[in-house]
Amino acid sequence: MAAWNMLTLVGADRPSIVAQVTHTLYQLGGNLGEASMIRLGGNFTIMLMVSGDLSTEAMLAALAPVSTALGLRVHVDPVHGELHQHQVPNFQVRVNGADRAGIVAEVTAILATQGFNILELDSDVAGDLAQPLYLMNIQGFCAAPLEALETALAPLIAQGVAVTVAPLELMIG
Amino acid sequence: MAILEILKLPDPRLKQMSEPVTQFDAALHDFIADLEATRQAGPSAVGIAAPQVDYFQRIVIVDVSGRPKTPNHGYLVLVNPEIVHWEGHAVGREGCLSVPDYTGNVIRATAIRLRAQDGDGQVHEFEMEGYEARAVQHEMDHLDGLLFVDRVVSRRTDLYRRKQG
Repeated sequence: MAAWNMLTLVGADRPSIVAQVTHTLYQLGGNLGEASMIRLGGNFTIMLMVSGDLSTEAMLAALAPVSTALGLRVHVDPVHGELHQHQVPNFQVRVNGADRAGIVAEVTAILATQGFNILELDSDVAGDLAQPLYLMNIQGFCAAPLEALETALAPLIAQGVAVTVAPLELMIG
Repeated sequence: MAILEILKLPDPRLKQMSEPVTQFDAALHDFIADLEATRQAGPSAVGIAAPQVDYFQRIVIVDVSGRPKTPNHGYLVLVNPEIVHWEGHAVGREGCLSVPDYTGNVIRATAIRLRAQDGDGQVHEFEMEGYEARAVQHEMDHLDGLLFVDRVVSRRTDLYRRKQG
């Protein structure tokens, strides 16, 4: 059974971050699992499952030259977890509105009351400096029916936050 | 009837092009029965294509009639299928018997007009939309050696509002 570490790296975006980090891990004998890597506000962010007989110290030491050269902040945590633990989302929640503090907290608090488990959340601020537009896209699993989610969100929608819930239909062929 | 073995990625045979069916005979009927038995034996798949069981002829089966509130044409055996017209596009999540434990978002046409033969060689035309149209497009890709993983789009693509199917 593989032991997994969750490796987190954040730094100003530039070409070759992924190549240099993964090359270093490969040379160290690490094997990569699931990952999320994305540019957020000019930073490149990496969350990466790494398995292998690697201590946290060994991984940090091996990554030090690359992280120093590329200006990356690095964090490593041993984690419980395995591959092949996917959950399939059955609902998608889309939110957009004039950007203001509290939108995410309000939407997700309501979803939590329905037992909604967030599996993926992307958000972005579009528009421009004068009129920023907040967009959020959530995929998750909830045993409650669509109507219950819509009823729970209705008060927030009445306050002017555009929230829609759509069932996600998985097609297996 | 027999339950056939399903090819799984990274088996290179899944990339192979399938040939048109020319013989509408008892052997074809037997194969279609086996293909349907194989579909039903696996995890709730709404479709299956011949190349998934190592048989490279242009045959797919689709049946979305088990889903509530889903427009459908029932159990369909589609031989030498062709999409003659398509409209719209939408992102939807797909999985595949040949790619266990993975699902991804794929863009498909929301409505298609389809021409196909049945197991006896009779030609039929179908107007399809939504889930059924998606299933047919997914299965037809197999006939050209394509899998849905060849068409998966970024999760972020879904930020753009899709047309409701």
